[in-house]
Amino acid sequence: MNAGREFTKGIWTENPVLRLMLGLCPTLAVSTAVVNGIGMGIAATFVLLGSNIVIALIRGVIPAKVRIPCYIVVIATFVTIADLTMHAYTPQIHEALGIFLPLIVVNCIILGRAEAFASKNSVTMSVLDALGMGLGFTLALLALATVRELLGTGGLDLRALAFQIPRFKPAIIMILPPGAFVTLGIMMAGMNKLAELQEKKRLQRAAEEKLEEKQEEA
Amino acid sequence: MDVGHLLVIVLGAVFIHNFVLNRFLGICPFIGVSKKIDSSIGMGMAVAFVMTLAGGVTWCVHHFLLVPLNATFLQTVSFILVIAALVQLVEMFLQKNSPTLYSALGIYLPLITTNCAVMGVALLNIREGYSLIEALIFSFSAAVGFTLALLLMAGIRERLELVQVPRAFRGAPIAFIVAGLMAIAFMGFAGMKL
Repeated sequence: MNAGREFTKGIWTENPVLRLMLGLCPTLAVSTAVVNGIGMGIAATFVLLGSNIVIALIRGVIPAKVRIPCYIVVIATFVTIADLTMHAYTPQIHEALGIFLPLIVVNCIILGRAEAFASKNSVTMSVLDALGMGLGFTLALLALATVRELLGTGGLDLRALAFQIPRFKPAIIMILPPGAFVTLGIMMAGMNKLAELQEKKRLQRAAEEKLEEKQEEA
Repeated sequence: MDVGHLLVIVLGAVFIHNFVLNRFLGICPFIGVSKKIDSSIGMGMAVAFVMTLAGGVTWCVHHFLLVPLNATFLQTVSFILVIAALVQLVEMFLQKNSPTLYSALGIYLPLITTNCAVMGVALLNIREGYSLIEALIFSFSAAVGFTLALLLMAGIRERLELVQVPRAFRGAPIAFIVAGLMAIAFMGFAGMKL
């Protein structure tokens, strides 16, 4: 098995949000500002990493019949850790994320990776998988949040670094719920188009190679 | 109990803060099960049933178990376990006592455990500080709002099948854009003075 591929697949080819369509609720809800997106991304990555490690460690011990409840308890434990830690150290982000922080527990990305990957693979592979998937989730969140914050408020506010585009009239609808749906729809369509183009290129290359082989044979 | 106050909760949960279109809860089934009107009705009924039950049970767990034991930090763990167990119980109960209902709702029940709307309603009941009756009414009307959005979406998507959509937009992307337009329409309710 290729360790590098386990890491990079989550970022592009199997991006949890844009390709697998998992974890959509938090993505749509917290992408009103880039800071919230980063907070959510880090929290989800931490939970994913912790649960993947523990599940990979105990996968031999859990009876198959009760595996899902076991996974849920492991995930809920890490969610509680993340929730309380963020409440203590980053109260503003904790406030902004609201119920979506405890709701990481029902985020399908995490249970999905536990069931599909960590329960069948070694700890090292599971760590790579968790990091890749977490990064993919965070990047998708960041892309969505950047577009929405830029268009919706006419600038970015990253605490230390804040700027406004001069003479730009913000479209408030972008930070309201409809903006989230429409932006994500357009982003997904963009991903589909890119995947289609890549596929076409791959097919073309394969055809050319075949042609060359035939010519060589002849 | 003031009836007007309850009405405000109902209207707020169904229209103004619609679970799907305003609070972004239950997006996965909203996109996944909204291809046919029949299946969206089945999903809506199953969600309404489980959500009301889960809303009531988690409220009791919080107020009679976690608060007296001073263990509210166990909220996330206990709620998700209660919901998962409840869904299993409902499934077994229906299978034994009402096969017709089971065959109608059966396939949707396992999906509900990971439906964030159920967990969301349980958490919101506590955060808003509702009483038990308010919590039950809020849970049920939230489910009605979810079903309403699901049904409207299914109606639109059945028509969408017949329309020529650019290939990259087929499936989920166009569904999200339609949901965005629906959300704009639902924003009109935010102007209601209650």
